[in-house]
Amino acid sequence: MNWLKRAKQGIKTWRKRDIPDGLWEKCPSCGEILYRKELIKLLSVCPKCRYHFRIDAFTYIGILTDRNSFTEMDAGLVSGDPLGFRDSRKYRDRVKDARRKTGMNSAIATGTARLDGRKVVLAVMNFGFMGGSMGSVVGEKITRAARRAVQERIPLIIVSSSGGARMQESILSLMQMAKTSAAIALVSNNAIPYISIITNPTTGGVAASFAFQGDVIIAEPKALIGFAGPRVIRETVGEELPEGFQRSEFLLEHGMIDMIRSRQELKGVLGFVLDSLMRGAATRVKEEHREHDRTTISLIR
Amino acid sequence: MGVRMLEFESPVYELEGRIEKLKRGGCSESSSEVARLEERLQDLERRIYRDLSPWDRVLLARHPQRPTTRDYISMICDDFLELHGDRCFGDDTAIIGGIARIEEKRLMVVGHEKGRNTKEKIRRNFGMARPEGFRKTLRLMRMAEKYSLPIVSFIDTPGAYPGVGAEERGQSRAIAENLKEIFDIATPVVVVIIGEGGSGGALALAVGDRVLMLENAVYSVISPEGCAAILWKSKERAPDAAASLRLTARDCLECGVVDTVIEELHGASHRDPEGNAAVVKRELLAFIKELEDLPADVLLGARREKYFSIGYFEGKGI
Ligand SMILES: [Zn+2]
Repeated sequence: MNWLKRAKQGIKTWRKRDIPDGLWEKCPSCGEILYRKELIKLLSVCPKCRYHFRIDAFTYIGILTDRNSFTEMDAGLVSGDPLGFRDSRKYRDRVKDARRKTGMNSAIATGTARLDGRKVVLAVMNFGFMGGSMGSVVGEKITRAARRAVQERIPLIIVSSSGGARMQESILSLMQMAKTSAAIALVSNNAIPYISIITNPTTGGVAASFAFQGDVIIAEPKALIGFAGPRVIRETVGEELPEGFQRSEFLLEHGMIDMIRSRQELKGVLGFVLDSLMRGAATRVKEEHREHDRTTISLIR
Repeated sequence: MGVRMLEFESPVYELEGRIEKLKRGGCSESSSEVARLEERLQDLERRIYRDLSPWDRVLLARHPQRPTTRDYISMICDDFLELHGDRCFGDDTAIIGGIARIEEKRLMVVGHEKGRNTKEKIRRNFGMARPEGFRKTLRLMRMAEKYSLPIVSFIDTPGAYPGVGAEERGQSRAIAENLKEIFDIATPVVVVIIGEGGSGGALALAVGDRVLMLENAVYSVISPEGCAAILWKSKERAPDAAASLRLTARDCLECGVVDTVIEELHGASHRDPEGNAAVVKRELLAFIKELEDLPADVLLGARREKYFSIGYFEGKGI
């Protein structure tokens, strides 16, 4: 039996080397063998089981925005090694490798763009860059993106995928949770809509900060979302975790997210939400926060 | 209850034992000897507790006799009335909160509580909070704002609890909500890191206008054991990880993460709990005084700017 036939029969015994490099892709969820070019046309979503393959930040930006409308901000920010982190490999070398591998300077791309004509600030994380971990650069870029949204009074969209805070910047990484939260609070107080899109996987410090601070929170199907990673929880409770634990569907059932949408549906949903919320946002700035945010208000003008 | 000590502390306790013995003997020629030994003891404390490795500080921060939030409340406050529950699901005993009086001043006090003996530790879940704990904290902080009570927050936790129920009930959301809401709570917030500042579970209570840290407390994004398991695939390397993580009070001060380091009397706070509590009390009252007359917009604006300015990066700016 040749391998294509076996795949059609749904025999799930494929090892990585069975699949010719580059041309075909195997769905890690249902085992379906997919023609790569076809898969890309489907925005890297398995047509059989809706599994969402991981895609890089700029591919995601391409999906959500109008052609050539994305203007990147702060692309030049790169990580230093503020703590002189001692490890089996130098932190600077790890960053260098990640930059070479991804073609990005950090684990996030931020900028302004148009979504079916609407101007937005968009930030998309890249899991391929050191597991999408949040250090000072990610924190700073999110903060600047949020402030830009407030200045221009346009909505903010953040697409998260991250293993959490970046260990190599230790306490400074932890503080980025507070810093980004301060930025989102500012957005919220100015009645600027913030939509959080959570993709696979989003855990730790990113889940416990801006990813769960959206006015509307949308998750991709079957994404792993949680504070603690499954391995840590398994070790703590000493038993196997329930089926589907910490997946998008589980979070929806527990009331933690607003909806699950596939990549193909996102743009339409975002458009409707933004249109609806921006109507009010155009006129309304909470009076009490007009007081608090004098400095910001002056920036708006 | 016998004295529990760490290995590097034993010379201090040995010498203390000798002094006690001499004192009990009570003969006249021993009093000059006692004075001499007490001087030596001071010197020994300085030497032993001042030049500790980061890992030693971790051990001190987790010391079985280190004063916990409850101890500080009872030593600092003239009155304390605990308030319970998150009004949603339950009361998380890993976090204590309530209204306190120090002299004529009224405050809202919150903090992680690890518990002292085994039974108490289990009841307190070793200070590892679940979503209910963070929600209770937020409830009390909002109440504090409403009635213009300054907030004092004591930090002492290994981290938020990694359990199935905690995840089901939205651990991420609970922490995220606290982190965002604190930037709108228009009343002074003074944070004191008294023991372990473990990751997001600590941070959820640790955002404030002034952050104080005790000399032997530690504060980091991940436990040394967790870090060692990831980087070196071995928890045995925790002492190395502790050094890499730069988790000591001095390090945090250098990074701009804390505003003041409080020196611990007699080398470590468990050696003189009352004395240390008096210093903490003095410091936090001074900070509250400095903050309490600020207009709300100035207070909140400064709080936000404080956190906006934390971080280190290179490369082109705007
Ligand atoms: Zn599939």
